[in-house]
Amino acid sequence: MAAQTGGRGLLRYLPVLPAVVLLAVFLAGPVLWAFHASFTNAGLTGRNARNPGWIGLENYQRLLVDPVFPLSLGLTVLFVLGSAVLGQNLLGLALAVLMRRARRAVSAVVGTTVVAAWVLPEIVAAFAAYAYFSRDGTLNQLLGGLGLGQPDWLYSWPMVAVVLANIWRGTAFSMLVYRAALNDIPSEVAEAAQIDGAGGWQRFAYITLPMIRGSVATNLMLITLQTLAVFTLIWVMTAGGPANASGTLPILAYQEAFRFGDIGYGTAVATVLILIGAVFGAVYIRLLRESKR
Amino acid sequence: MTAPAKASRVVPPGEATVRTRGPYRSSTPADVALLLLGACFLLPLLWLVLASLDADASHETRVPVQAGLENFAAIMTPALLLQPLWNSLVLSTGTAAVTLVAAVLAAYPLSRYRSRFNTPFMYTVLFGTCLPITAIMVPVYGLFVQLELLDSMPATILFMAATALPMAIWMTRNFMDAVPASLEEAAWVDGASRMTALRTIVLPLMRQGLGVVFIFVFIQAWGNFFVPFVLLLSEANQPAAVSIFSFFGQHGAVAYGQLAAFSILYSLPVLALYVIVAKGAGSSFALSGAVRG
Repeated sequence: MAAQTGGRGLLRYLPVLPAVVLLAVFLAGPVLWAFHASFTNAGLTGRNARNPGWIGLENYQRLLVDPVFPLSLGLTVLFVLGSAVLGQNLLGLALAVLMRRARRAVSAVVGTTVVAAWVLPEIVAAFAAYAYFSRDGTLNQLLGGLGLGQPDWLYSWPMVAVVLANIWRGTAFSMLVYRAALNDIPSEVAEAAQIDGAGGWQRFAYITLPMIRGSVATNLMLITLQTLAVFTLIWVMTAGGPANASGTLPILAYQEAFRFGDIGYGTAVATVLILIGAVFGAVYIRLLRESKR
Repeated sequence: MTAPAKASRVVPPGEATVRTRGPYRSSTPADVALLLLGACFLLPLLWLVLASLDADASHETRVPVQAGLENFAAIMTPALLLQPLWNSLVLSTGTAAVTLVAAVLAAYPLSRYRSRFNTPFMYTVLFGTCLPITAIMVPVYGLFVQLELLDSMPATILFMAATALPMAIWMTRNFMDAVPASLEEAAWVDGASRMTALRTIVLPLMRQGLGVVFIFVFIQAWGNFFVPFVLLLSEANQPAAVSIFSFFGQHGAVAYGQLAAFSILYSLPVLALYVIVAKGAGSSFALSGAVRG
């Protein structure tokens, strides 16, 4: 009855239960299981699949001596910095600023194009990017038409290709965030600055940017987290290759677990990724709480 | 009657200032810059469209010698097209429905009761949105093996619902906060229970927001590749995102034309849904439910 009359007590929180159970079983459960499994020699098949043995920190020690792991960590940082923090973030901001100055029809058409790449199913976007960067793909046709060299992007410059592809795929999110943020700036502020004689760049640097810095911080955190988790795009374009040259942490975790059948080592890699995500998540929530005060 | 008042609370303040865009508008350099950027975003999609119309398409982007619908005709079979699309529909609708029900139930107490429990819970949920889902796929696979849930459609739906829930709870709570509690209070006086008031008064008033949440989750589930790739193994269960690989290598060569045609048919539903959300509610409206605190 407490729930019905709005009385105090835990009973009125009963409706939260289905969500809590789902989150506990399918999100918290696997995370805890990952921490546990990373200390075992669990395998995909065979004896170690049915009866994994406790091997302590061995998987983590292996991470430290395995030359592939630091490479993969570095590539992940490069991928996040290049495609999210620099690429999507700056391009999204530039698009949002330009869209306010351009004709409405132009900004609508370009906005739709940018968003289309983002709304497409990830596997379709990945195939399109694969075809675009392949040896005789659209990019090389364009470069050839301009009389420039036509490298095999996916083989010789795999990181350049996946970074550019992820910028293409994900910029729409930053663009939408910045468009909403710019629309929130009262036009009187810009007008006042213009009357005071501030030029375009000055207005942008001293007025616009400080006013949207909350959105910048939020956006950076969110796109960093999204980019950390990118798997399909890289998997389809290069499968992490050649010779791990584009194997970010999600690819490495997948390969160790499913290709080489070493679930224990794969979960150790996944655990590192979860911890990196947790750090960024904690910073993001802190930023959000501070902005609410 | 009270709808306009609520609408103005839900729609971010920026929407009102769109009409008065401030001092700068319609500059030609901005138009040109924007169109150039837009062209870069359009190019990778060009291949998809041209190849789908070209019976002997390759990586190359070219205008088909003989444009035709042969590729579309070739994939119009139950096994190639209908079964995978049906599986995608079941997976996405199931995920969106489970997510929405759990999110509405959870959002109600969080929106309506004051408790010390709310803020920590919401921040924990927000933290859940930060979890890199690709990182937990290895442990989730392990969990599904142990519980013998591999290749189970209902279990995959529950897992995908759990991954979508944090964002859905966050958005639904924001939309529910915009419905004034005073409207329900009248119903309680008439003897309606909390849940009856939720169903008959609150939900109809926030149906636009519910539609946004449902479509967002649906689009995500429809486009998801990695989760069904790892958890659904039999062809009878695989959604379009995974079955698309059947165009690779079955007969040695890749059927690029059919791959492109399939990609387009598979992408159309989510593109249409996105247009509905963006037109009906404005994408910044949807984002404001998600990104803002």
